[in-house]
Amino acid sequence: MSSFVLFAIIILYLAFLFLIAFFAEKNRRSKWVNNPIVYTLSFGVYCSAWTYYGSIGEAAEQGVRFLAIYIGPIIAAPLWIILLRKVIRISKQHKISSLADFISLRYGKNRFLGALVTIVCLMAILPYTSLQLKSVSETFEIMTQKSLMKSNSIFTDSTFYISLILAVFAALFGTQTTDASQKRRGIIFSVAFESLIKWLFFIIIGIYCTYFLFDGTSDIVNQFKSQSNFESLVTLGSFEGGFNWFFTIMLSFIAIFLLPRQFQVAVLENNREKHLKTAIWLFPLYLLLFNIFVIFIAWAGKIRLGNDVNAEYFTLLLPLSEGNIFLAMLVFLGGLSAVISMVIVSSLALSIMISNNLIIPYGFLSKFVKNEPEKNERFIKNIRRVAIFFIIIVSYSLFYSFSAKMSLYSIGLISFVIIAQLAPSFFIGLFWNRGSSKGAIIGIFIGILITFFTLLIPFLLQANSLHPQFLEEGLFSIDLLKPHALFGIDFLTPPTHAFFWSFTVNCFCYVYFSLSSKGNYRERNYAEMFVDSKNFTDLQDNAFVWKGEAYVSDIKEVLMRFLGQEKATRALNIFFAKYNLPRNTQFADAKLIHFSEQLLTGSIGSASSKILIQSVVKEEEISLVEVLRILEESKEAIAKSKAFKEKSLELSNLANQLKEANLKLIEKDKQKDEFLDTVAHELKTPITGIRATTELLLDDAAMPIEMKEQFLNNMLQDAERLSRLIHTILDFEKLSSEYHQLTKSTNDISKTIARAIASLQTMAAKKSCAIIQKSTYSVTVNYDEDRMIQVFTNLIANAIKFVEPNEGLITIEYLFEDKQLKITVTDNGKGIPEQDQQFIFDKFFQSKNQNTIKPIGTGLGLAICKQIIDKHQGAIWLDNSYKNGAKFHIKMPLN
Amino acid sequence: MKKILIVDDEPNILMALEYAFKKNDFEVFIARDGSEALEILKNEHPNVVLLDIMMPKVDGYQTLQIIKQNENLKDVKVVFLTAKSKKEDIEKGFSLGVDQYFTKPFSTKKIIAEINLLLQE
Repeated sequence: MSSFVLFAIIILYLAFLFLIAFFAEKNRRSKWVNNPIVYTLSFGVYCSAWTYYGSIGEAAEQGVRFLAIYIGPIIAAPLWIILLRKVIRISKQHKISSLADFISLRYGKNRFLGALVTIVCLMAILPYTSLQLKSVSETFEIMTQKSLMKSNSIFTDSTFYISLILAVFAALFGTQTTDASQKRRGIIFSVAFESLIKWLFFIIIGIYCTYFLFDGTSDIVNQFKSQSNFESLVTLGSFEGGFNWFFTIMLSFIAIFLLPRQFQVAVLENNREKHLKTAIWLFPLYLLLFNIFVIFIAWAGKIRLGNDVNAEYFTLLLPLSEGNIFLAMLVFLGGLSAVISMVIVSSLALSIMISNNLIIPYGFLSKFVKNEPEKNERFIKNIRRVAIFFIIIVSYSLFYSFSAKMSLYSIGLISFVIIAQLAPSFFIGLFWNRGSSKGAIIGIFIGILITFFTLLIPFLLQANSLHPQFLEEGLFSIDLLKPHALFGIDFLTPPTHAFFWSFTVNCFCYVYFSLSSKGNYRERNYAEMFVDSKNFTDLQDNAFVWKGEAYVSDIKEVLMRFLGQEKATRALNIFFAKYNLPRNTQFADAKLIHFSEQLLTGSIGSASSKILIQSVVKEEEISLVEVLRILEESKEAIAKSKAFKEKSLELSNLANQLKEANLKLIEKDKQKDEFLDTVAHELKTPITGIRATTELLLDDAAMPIEMKEQFLNNMLQDAERLSRLIHTILDFEKLSSEYHQLTKSTNDISKTIARAIASLQTMAAKKSCAIIQKSTYSVTVNYDEDRMIQVFTNLIANAIKFVEPNEGLITIEYLFEDKQLKITVTDNGKGIPEQDQQFIFDKFFQSKNQNTIKPIGTGLGLAICKQIIDKHQGAIWLDNSYKNGAKFHIKMPLN
Repeated sequence: MKKILIVDDEPNILMALEYAFKKNDFEVFIARDGSEALEILKNEHPNVVLLDIMMPKVDGYQTLQIIKQNENLKDVKVVFLTAKSKKEDIEKGFSLGVDQYFTKPFSTKKIIAEINLLLQE
């Protein structure tokens, strides 16, 4: 394939990636851009060219051992839900913009520590990035079948231009806002897309090698078995091999958290916490599927192409050897995708560190003071853009001058070992509040020194075919100081050996110096916030401890330098509103200081923001005891407010219960009032009659005798009515008393009913209504006969009231069933309206359906019936399915 | 001759009132409830209606409202005579436009005197 065509394809592909990134930036809020799948796929930036090409080379030489690099992340994944979530929460809260910022903030916004972390990251990532570029160059070479390295000028080297385009891409989409804690949707979306592409194409080539070039996996294994040291490639080997495996897994476990590009995609670009839930299962699955074919491609290559070619590029060489250029092209683009995403995300992450943790805090802070906000903004952005170009160009030159002798795999591991030096201060610092900046700095320093001595220097020397004496005999010819076998540990491979020693000593130094020295109060303050992040997320600004004197106007001026007048004023107004402070507040408190520092952190890093804000405030030293007391108070405040919440919930429940009880009482009261009204009315009516008539009789001596008689009769009637009423009320009250005893005797129910009917015949006759006793056979039951007559009288009298004149038919029947006597009283009146049915047995209740507006009776009749039946251990109820009138049932035990 | 319509569902009270007003030179009409009263008012034009409130079918309030809405009965005075003696009942009565409010039990002499007074206005 001509290099021109290939270059054109590359340019087209890059243009397509630009389009995708533009699309994502334009649709920042779209579901397509913000979803857990995109988030998970962006984790795929872990699989760089190292995975894509390097692991095949490693598998060809070392067998299944290459897997260790992927087992670490798979083991780490379930822990993300705890560990990564905590890191994400802290980062969001403090507007963290990089790994260096995170670590520096944990140790009290320590400027030096931030810079140190930045340098460590640069050391780890620059060579690694250069190796990515190397793979582009080498694969380009393979595809076009001529060597690019032969050209003497970088200007004729396609890799140089590809690198430049990547730098433009990263600078364009990575520096859109000054606030580096803002999300970069364009880059992340294109990274996710590339993750998908490389994964897909890798699986295609895997299937091609396994099922088209060979007859499946067993065919490859059988052919491979016969020709090489098969056994050693499918096992971990001895006890030493196991150690190597273990440490490599540990190394990759750390790397998945701490590689700047992983921190960038997993923490800083995390949009929603819940996306993690998808990532913890989907990303391990992605890795597993990615690695399924590695070993078979490696062995297929060994069988077909032998040992003469670079095993790292089997994926390209195998299809090319079969003349399948299209497939090779896909593989090339997959590899290119791996490179692009790694280079872009890494250079972006590093550029933020360089600007916020290295350049701005060391020397450029004073520059901002005099300038305008727009200028400052542009200045910060430009620092980052220059940093991106710097990183990519340095990587390119590294590759240009040294590359030939380094394998992808070994450089990848060196990068991991260097990054692992940050692990003690990162991980231990998250859970141990005593960890101090002194311990962190010394630990990282010593760890890096050991890595240099045991790994980096020997590696560089050997790569350049130098073999100085100390490599073989140890430093100063001391046996114990052999770089690859420090203190006699000689069974580990150089990277795991270096990791073992540097990491162990690093941890030790970190713990030792943390314990031996007290950090200052600021450090302890942030330590508490990080370690106890769950509590302090609620506390927010309150968790920050500060004492001193500061003017709001001074702080506002600092904010204006970066945010502009409008934004700064708005931010302060929001702050004042949140804490209910007047807008003209003069003195700043700890909350405002913390708030302002946070506002600036995204733009210039936490250390710089601290320095800037501190430059305008007078801070007083606080003792550690005081810090802890204030923090303790804040925690107590939270606990108290929680307790308050519970209490107030209880109270509101109680209030509701009271409200209900009150409603019931009001209803009862209303019923009682209505009852009293009715009783009063009933009592007043006969009295009114008596009074008026008496007056007439007294005043009118000349009244005719017939008239006199009539009036006297009326008076008698009224008097009787009055005494009847009083009797009913008293009777009801008597029955209500629990001390009232029935006078039970053995009676025949048929006779009792007959007696009740007999007493009502006059009343029934007035309305020409018929009362029929259907059952007449005798049943003897033990009951209070007078009371039962009262029950029947009430029921029948009610029925008479409600039936139409001349049409009324009231029937009474009874039967034996289940040792019980069941009596039914039915009428053909207008029945009882549904809404009244459940109340009719309540005392004082009077149905609204009486055909008169004026209520008849006292509202006590049915209540009295119920009381009597209850006292007989029986039951009385209305048959609400009966529609042709009212039907009452009585049930009485036959004892 | 002054005309009065007495409306009450209690026959004993009605009887006493009828006798007392006739004795005092009123022409008396009687009704047992609101609907009977309204029937009578179609043909008769009394000077005053003496009205109970708690009655079957059409109660005193409804009867009062119907009378007050009728242009022909504009000059008819309406007086409540009721057992409802609570303050809010009396207020309700006056708010509906009743001309006088008497509570039961009552003195016939006093009622006749008051009604005569009312008719002189």
